[in-house]
Amino acid sequence: MNLHELTITEAGARLRSGETTSAELLESTLDRASRTEAQLHAFLNIDRDGASESAAKADADLAEGIDRGPLHGIPLALKDNMCTRGLETTAGSQILAGYVPPYDATVVTRLKEVGAVLLGKTNLDEFAMGSSTENSAYGPSFNPWDIGRVPGGSSGGSAAAVAGGSAFGALGSDTGGSIRQPASLTGIVGMKPTYGTVSRYGLIAFASSLDQIGPLSKNVEDAATILRAIWGHDPLDSTSYSGEYPDVSADLGRDVRGLKVGVVKELAGEGYEPAVEQAVARMVEQLAGEGAEIVELSLPTFDIAMSAYYLIAPAEASANLARFDGIRYGHRVQGATTEALMANTRAEGFGPEVIRRILLGTYALSAGYYDAFYGQAQKVRAAVQEDLASAYESVDVLVSPTSPTVAFSAGERIDDPLAMYLSDICTIPMNLSGDPAISIPIGVDPQSLPIGFQVMAPALGEQVMFRVAAQVEQLAAFTARPVLEEVVQ
Amino acid sequence: MTPAKPDMGSWESVIGIEVHVELATRSKMFCGCAVEFGAEPNTNVCPVCLGLPGALPVTNAQAIEWIMAIGLALNCQVSERSVFHRKNYFYADLPKNYQISQFDIPVCHDGYLDVTVDDVTTRIGIERAHMEEDTGKSTHLGDSGRIHSAEATLLDFNRSGVPLVEIVTRPDIRSAAESRAYAQELRSVVAELEVSDARLEEGSIRFDANISIRHGGETELGTKVEIKNMNSFRSLERAVTYEIQRQIELVEAGGSIVMETRHWDEEAGVTRSMRVKEGSSDYRYFTEPDLVPMVMDESWVASVRAGLPELPAHRRSRYRDQGLDQELAAVLSSAPEALRDVYDTAVDVDADARSAANWLTGEVIGWLRRTETDPIDVPLDGQQLAELIAIVDEGLVSSSAAKEVLEGVLGGEGAAKEVAEARDLVQISDTDALQSAVDEVLTANPDAVDTYHGGEQKVVGFLVGQVMRATQGKADPKLVNKLLRDKLKD
Repeated sequence: MNLHELTITEAGARLRSGETTSAELLESTLDRASRTEAQLHAFLNIDRDGASESAAKADADLAEGIDRGPLHGIPLALKDNMCTRGLETTAGSQILAGYVPPYDATVVTRLKEVGAVLLGKTNLDEFAMGSSTENSAYGPSFNPWDIGRVPGGSSGGSAAAVAGGSAFGALGSDTGGSIRQPASLTGIVGMKPTYGTVSRYGLIAFASSLDQIGPLSKNVEDAATILRAIWGHDPLDSTSYSGEYPDVSADLGRDVRGLKVGVVKELAGEGYEPAVEQAVARMVEQLAGEGAEIVELSLPTFDIAMSAYYLIAPAEASANLARFDGIRYGHRVQGATTEALMANTRAEGFGPEVIRRILLGTYALSAGYYDAFYGQAQKVRAAVQEDLASAYESVDVLVSPTSPTVAFSAGERIDDPLAMYLSDICTIPMNLSGDPAISIPIGVDPQSLPIGFQVMAPALGEQVMFRVAAQVEQLAAFTARPVLEEVVQ
Repeated sequence: MTPAKPDMGSWESVIGIEVHVELATRSKMFCGCAVEFGAEPNTNVCPVCLGLPGALPVTNAQAIEWIMAIGLALNCQVSERSVFHRKNYFYADLPKNYQISQFDIPVCHDGYLDVTVDDVTTRIGIERAHMEEDTGKSTHLGDSGRIHSAEATLLDFNRSGVPLVEIVTRPDIRSAAESRAYAQELRSVVAELEVSDARLEEGSIRFDANISIRHGGETELGTKVEIKNMNSFRSLERAVTYEIQRQIELVEAGGSIVMETRHWDEEAGVTRSMRVKEGSSDYRYFTEPDLVPMVMDESWVASVRAGLPELPAHRRSRYRDQGLDQELAAVLSSAPEALRDVYDTAVDVDADARSAANWLTGEVIGWLRRTETDPIDVPLDGQQLAELIAIVDEGLVSSSAAKEVLEGVLGGEGAAKEVAEARDLVQISDTDALQSAVDEVLTANPDAVDTYHGGEQKVVGFLVGQVMRATQGKADPKLVNKLLRDKLKD
């Protein structure tokens, strides 16, 4: 087995047994990247020097018996909307071309503290707005399972890197499904933690009340490992949770006997590919076979969640992205007046999807429309939360497909925003509620494209969520790997 | 100079004032940068107050406590729960292109402040006091100093994110003089609370006035005009006076008022149109998702209330009850706290309140200035002042000698009586001791005695002076006067 195919747990074991070094693990990912980037374009920026330095430091530390834990010496990738001190951070946008942050995002600081080796920055839809990574100003990423297809998005670069073997794990951000959907489309694990458990400080905001950073990994255990390293209270983020955190590893091997598993009626039917529905149904049967009690239930607000999401997220984005005006940093297009400079900079610096959402959000917040749009959307959001609260009175977790379809072809939905938005229909409700959810690969469709299974839990319900996810992983016994032809650049 | 009162005819002016108070917290509203006036540009900045990508605000609890104190001092209700909103507008010195401010649930609401003009006290309603962050500062290079035609604009973000309290009155103010009185009273409250530098010239307190006119007896409000750029109480009063007159003349000439923002030109003494408002601006307010709601529970409000100092209005009325007239009460009320403490102790030990206030606001302040002594180090306590007042009342020293006694007391020479004795300032109040001096003076000045007997009684003043000189000023002049007159009648 090639080093780059190892899980984090496996790589960590070899590091500690002396079978390999962090430098070798890094070399394996860099080598893999050099043979796959031409096809995948997972990375925007690979930080060879910084990564080599961290790997050398990790090897020196480990040789001296200084062990910073399971991520020490492990090469990981970061979505390029997380600020890295001294390393260009663009959020996939032309408007931030050449922007070098003077500070590290809290998640970056935490990964550095536990000795992770940070490979570089992965591609994304501009400002995380999209479901295919085709909205990047620096060109699209592609799916390792079929390079004619998208890797999902917006964390498509992180997903392609992990699925393609050029990173042992990665961080993504999930505003409407941007971790889970690409994980599903690339056959890996992707997890969105409870809102407020992972600091957003240093994450370039898309929609502040929905954004949450989380892990993309090769398996459930690795996701838990990364999550443990990055989450926890952060005084720099006012929305950060300061209470007790769940123990995500405690029940990783525990069976599902006696658990009540809710199947969401609304996340099925029209628009769902038969192969996806069949794979999900099979998994639900397997869970039942293991002693889980299956409850089919209806969450009627899920049908209107997407409409609410596409008002709330753009509204917040319209304000969050106002700061990109060419005055203090980033791309600048001159103008005769200050207003013209700002307008020119924004017109040239933002891509069409970002402009569409800024316009939508500005409109939704405007006087005379606020109540009908933004105000109404907030009511729907509250209703989704109530719906879920009552569902969790009778079940422990909810399950559904992660995405209604497998990976779609590049270019297929780029000119049809509504079709693109539907990619996130299963994932959006958890962003509105703030609850945790995880996608686990459970099989492939007839074209050998991976299918993801979503497990959702109430806020701070990560312990039971990981318990079920680990069982799903075991039951699925998903061993398929993408066949990706290497091309030496 | 007080501006002339406008000729109002049957018109009535309706004025509301918005005040922005910069709080003097150690750090900014949403980050740890220092709040410091006059620092080198762009030195007190960080990712948060520069609006860098990814940065997040964290609320300064001290600022919340201080806005609660301001609200309570203005008799406001403190909301149990309050939220921040984003106020969206593009401006080069607003780094996020939105200002974190408040919208429908301000920290404080529904209060009042009483102001007195010419002995008439009016209650000015306070609609709200809300918390927000200040913007950066633009300096336009070029001849005009304005953004239009500027060659370049320099941005300084040191002020960006400084906590700002906006206090909005109801349209309860009816004159320029009342506007000024309100502004002054508000400033004295804020200064008393020690929550702001409260310096108009540095912009730590800024006033905007909304002015409209209507005929007396009407209840509908007229079209309002907002006036900005008043940098002193005097310019506020002048600007309001000017604007009221402008509106009256305009309407009487058949014109109509346009809803607009006007800039006060201090030099020219006029207001000039800055921008016309077409309807109200759409700031697209929405709840700031980066901040959680603030909860001001009862015990927090109670502890802030318990920590409030005595407010100027209360103090002035207490002084008046103690016998000071309005002016002296006002002067003492705005005197340094250390001197007011001396006053309180002196009055506690039964010194005459008027005398104590006069000494402190006159001679003592003068001495502090001459010797460049910080009032907090004033070497005088209430007991000492009471003694000084007592020896004057008893006639032990003359009031002019008492000033010298005070010098001695302030100079550390001892208690008033000791100083009077040591400096030989005790009046000769003994009739026998003075009689011989009186006799000598009369003998030495026969012309004056003749003049007196010729009917010119005012010559007694000259004779008193001669006796005072003979006694080196130590004689009690009243007694000398009496002795002289008695003798001259003989």
